[in-house]
Amino acid sequence: MNRQTAGWIIALLALVALPFVHRDPYHLHVLVLILIWSFAYTSWSIMGRFGLVSLGHGGFMGIGAYVTALLWNHLGVSPWIGIPLGMATAGVLALIVAYPCFRFRITGHYFVLVTLALSGIVLQVITATRDYTGGSLGYTPQRAPSGKGLLALQFDDKTTWYLIALAVWVAGLVIWRAIDRSMIRHAMEAISEDEDAAAAAGVNVTAEKLKITLISALMTALAGALYCQYQMFISPDTVSGIAVSLQMVFAAIVGGVYVALGPTVGAVITIVLAEVLRISFGTKAVGWDNLVYGVLLVLFIIFLPKGILGSVIDRIKSSRKPSRGHEQQTVPIARR
Amino acid sequence: MQSFLNIFDIYLLEAVINGILLGGVLALLALGLNLIFGVIDVTWICYAELVMIGMYGMYYLVQVFHLPYWAAAPLVILLVALLGAALHFLVIAPLLTAPPINQLLATGGVLFILQSFATVAFGIDFRNLGIRLPVLALGEMNFSYARLLSFGAALAGMIGVYLFLTRTFTGTAIRAIAQDRQIMPLMGVDPKRIYLVTSAIGGGLAGLAACLLVLQYDVHPFVGLSFGPITFLICVLGGLGNFIGGFIAAFVFAEIISLGGLFSDLEWGYVLAFAFFIVMMFIRPAGLLSRRS
Repeated sequence: MNRQTAGWIIALLALVALPFVHRDPYHLHVLVLILIWSFAYTSWSIMGRFGLVSLGHGGFMGIGAYVTALLWNHLGVSPWIGIPLGMATAGVLALIVAYPCFRFRITGHYFVLVTLALSGIVLQVITATRDYTGGSLGYTPQRAPSGKGLLALQFDDKTTWYLIALAVWVAGLVIWRAIDRSMIRHAMEAISEDEDAAAAAGVNVTAEKLKITLISALMTALAGALYCQYQMFISPDTVSGIAVSLQMVFAAIVGGVYVALGPTVGAVITIVLAEVLRISFGTKAVGWDNLVYGVLLVLFIIFLPKGILGSVIDRIKSSRKPSRGHEQQTVPIARR
Repeated sequence: MQSFLNIFDIYLLEAVINGILLGGVLALLALGLNLIFGVIDVTWICYAELVMIGMYGMYYLVQVFHLPYWAAAPLVILLVALLGAALHFLVIAPLLTAPPINQLLATGGVLFILQSFATVAFGIDFRNLGIRLPVLALGEMNFSYARLLSFGAALAGMIGVYLFLTRTFTGTAIRAIAQDRQIMPLMGVDPKRIYLVTSAIGGGLAGLAACLLVLQYDVHPFVGLSFGPITFLICVLGGLGNFIGGFIAAFVFAEIISLGGLFSDLEWGYVLAFAFFIVMMFIRPAGLLSRRS
């Protein structure tokens, strides 16, 4: 076991031990939110890092959340079954939209706008079926009778939620790492550099892109379902639609999409910023957090396209080894 | 049964005509975005937010400073044109050589900025001009003058831009630079100036759209989200940068929304339009008017 692995394990143990030492419910609440959103942003970055910029992830998140909640409320299906079903729905939708996209080489602007239409559709369907989904007023999963909390995946205890969110977040990082070390990554990097050249070199462009899209969509739907189960309230504005999609892109880019912990850093920055503004200014702060986000996003894309964490790591690396042999591979989203 | 069919036809005709009227404004929005894309090769994700700022401009000039509508409109068009030029100068120009996705995301950041600026500065209340134009009753059909006026002004705006592009030196230079970015500087055209002028025209079109939309809709900080996405989809459906394609696509979309709304809720009209868009992307990825290679 080398020092780096040991460091990771100690950090993880410290995170697991945290709620047993520090029991402040508000702090735990913020941490759970950070973990869930970090997972969602990580899911986005899994495809975003390869230049597949999707604005449809708000749609996947909304599907995960709404399918789970609707099945529970209307049919009494436990979220343990509902969440996989929600993920499967999102996955099928992702494949239906993505397959022709990749097959017909819809890339760049066009891909962004097709996925934008997707999240628009999901948002409008949720609003239009207001008899079932509550429309834009939002939707609340029914409280489970006491003693059935586990079946309904509803816990009043913040510590339980913290541990669940932590486990899912770690799983997200593990998936990231697995992809990082697999052939998919090399194939996707080749594709993002030059699709034709990659295809000529024997990469099955459509299949590789579909795989990564499917993984990303499934994870995003899971994040949506978790968010719903934790908050016990969802509305089209908070889990679906274009604003959520843009929020994901923004947080991921501020943190950095090329390093595993980048999206997490993005989530920490955005959520802590929003909470600090909310506490110190109260209702007067409405809008200020997004104003700051927007300015940051523009500045980051112009001056620091690798994100905060990415740039910091680059700085450390280049100071350690002046020979620039192991320059990290990056794809167009960041390169200037 | 006969009478039922008659009534139905009247409604159908009304919906079709209202669709055409809506199409005029959508076509105007799409034209501005297409112009920017065709010439500078950038998608302004925040285009609808420029319109939103323009709508607030109209609200303040008319309601707070009590200017008449016809005097406020040119001021707003000028204001949004300046905003467009500023957007290009501050955000797009530093990113001109960056990958297109970065430019698109940077304008996404501007979308956040404008939205939250409006929230902070104007609050989240719905506001309107308080001008209520009469309704034109034609037989049993009703059309609001606001829509007729919008349609007319949108057409006039589009013809104006067309004349500018075809009859003036600057317009010719804009069309030329859209065709070949590399060669035009050698012909003595300053691309920086052309880009700035184009951005200002695109902004001006957004301003004109704002003056027309504010007659029909209340303004609030998130109003851009209700017609922004549809504008992008229209441009892509028509083929990004293809003016005529965008014009046709605007009317196709408006009819789908209007007719879909006739048979069910308005949201289903939008759902249909979005679904139609996704299907069309697979049949004609490069736009309605493209020839398949």
